[in-house]
Amino acid sequence: MLILHCPYCGVDAEESELAPGGEAHLKRFGPGSSDEDFEAYMFARKNPKGVHFERWRHAYGCGKWFLAARCTATLEVFGTYKAQNPRPHPDIVAAVKAKRPGWEGWK
Amino acid sequence: MGMRRYSMFAVAREALRFHAGWERAWKSPEPKSHYDVIVVGAGGHGLATAYYLGKVHGIRNVAVIEKGWLGGGNTGRNTTIIRSNYLQDPSAAIYEKARSLYEDLSQDLNYNVMFSPRGLLMLAQSEHERRGYQRTVYANNLQGIETEWITPQKVKELVPILNIEGPRYPVLGALYQERGGTARHDAVAWGYARGCSAMGMDIIQQCEVTGVRTEGGKVVGIDTTKGAIGCSKLAMVVAGHSSVLAEMAGFRLPIESMALQAWVSEPIKPAIDVVVMANLVHGYMSQSDKGELVIGGGTDGFNNYTQRGSWHHVEETTRALVETFPIISRLKMLRQWGGIVDMTGDRSPILSKTPVENIFVNCGWGTGGFKSIPGSGWAMAELVAKGEPGPLAAEFGLIRFREGRFIDESVAAGVAH
Ligand SMILES: Cc1cc2nc3c(=O)[nH]c(=O)nc-3n(C[C@H](O)[C@H](O)[C@H](O)COP(=O)(O)OP(=O)(O)OC[C@H]3O[C@@H](n4cnc5c(N)ncnc54)[C@H](O)[C@@H]3O)c2cc1C
Ligand SMILES: [Zn+2]
Repeated sequence: MLILHCPYCGVDAEESELAPGGEAHLKRFGPGSSDEDFEAYMFARKNPKGVHFERWRHAYGCGKWFLAARCTATLEVFGTYKAQNPRPHPDIVAAVKAKRPGWEGWK
Repeated sequence: MGMRRYSMFAVAREALRFHAGWERAWKSPEPKSHYDVIVVGAGGHGLATAYYLGKVHGIRNVAVIEKGWLGGGNTGRNTTIIRSNYLQDPSAAIYEKARSLYEDLSQDLNYNVMFSPRGLLMLAQSEHERRGYQRTVYANNLQGIETEWITPQKVKELVPILNIEGPRYPVLGALYQERGGTARHDAVAWGYARGCSAMGMDIIQQCEVTGVRTEGGKVVGIDTTKGAIGCSKLAMVVAGHSSVLAEMAGFRLPIESMALQAWVSEPIKPAIDVVVMANLVHGYMSQSDKGELVIGGGTDGFNNYTQRGSWHHVEETTRALVETFPIISRLKMLRQWGGIVDMTGDRSPILSKTPVENIFVNCGWGTGGFKSIPGSGWAMAELVAKGEPGPLAAEFGLIRFREGRFIDESVAAGVAH
């Protein structure tokens, strides 16, 4: 079972306590943006086979949204960090790089 | 070229000569340097695409490239439910085309796909579902698809082991499609593969596509673990790996890959001779010819390429089905497995041109694309052959996401198997 550490309340939460929220760090496009940008923001997901940054909510715990770095090809968890980070936290990036030396980095 | 037909006479002939004369169902050639069309992915959809390209459009210089073994993806992992009782008109059209092709697919392919139109029930276990399914029955009647609304008593007649009284989820009726049912999943892949091979097409297994070559915005070939292969047109039909292939060609898709699981019980004597779907509790069940109860549930909620799902889904689905089918409570579950399904936001598939000229995608069938294999292959072959979608594929283009013209089956279907 997937276990993620909640960076807010400090609990190692099991999957059944968590609600998945999809890809993290999306750049928002709203009214006034081009159709292409809006479509990409709404639908065009990276969906990588490998390192993935994503949103989770500690739904049956403290209720807060947080972020996680995970490998979709192995289910390995690299770490979690607070949702206030507009891009992956440097500590997380270092943790991923240590385990995936060939990884291209977050784009 | 050519293949020996399977028949009663062939069985008798081989019986008299120690079965020495059976040939391989398909050949395993080395790739040529160039093909008119390369189809990536030898699942049901890829193989059916190739088959109808040859059969309907006369395009036979075709290769189907598969990284594993043919039919080893979702096609060989699904619970084989076939139905066409969808809500929206474009869905009804393509799923019913598929269902009707299934009716005589065994004859067409000269390969027994064991299509079993045993009847399919979608239980209404809440007031909301009851209204939804009654609406679907009306829609289906307008679309020319034979479905009917049946009462709880009729449900009980068809499925005596079903507890219609609840207590938690009483059965209020069901959406019934008499000609829905199941087929043998492997046989569908094998039958199409044999048909492709007989037309002289190359099915190349154990060959992973690792790159897509383009020149001036047009596809010219692919890189594979067996070297570079040129092509005039490329069809990507790789289900859960669609985003990976699209990335090789430099575009993104509105797809997320997630695990979906199924499991079977120990074999028992015949207990249920229809397919029952209980979407409110995310569970469905049928009985295989071996006697196993075949059970499936909902997808995991997070991106996953591992073909392994989360344990709690198995537990939740089985628990819910035990309420509806009390007699299964003591059965042991024998095997469990997962596949990686390609989910779109509107739970409808994508058959489309792409930003790269002469690359076409067929994906997004998600949790429910076994039933659609023949219709999807038919429509995809037309799209690839002509370069433009025909009527069956027309509404399923990528452009619908830009224009907000969704074909919403997520609300209509609950779970979409
Ligand atoms: C547990 C489960 C239950 C299901 N139940 C039902 C059901 O009851 N009814 C129903 O209608 N549908 C059901 N489905 C959905 C159905 O199985 C799929 O929609 C359908 O099989 C998809 O077929 P496909 O040919 O598109 O994909 P697949 O069969 O997955 O084939 C894609 C192929 O592409 C290959 N590939 C991927 N990447 C590459 C590469 N780089 N190079 C070469 N080859 C590559 C893969 O190895 C694979 O063989 C279920 C799915 C699952 C997982
Ligand atoms: Zn918490």
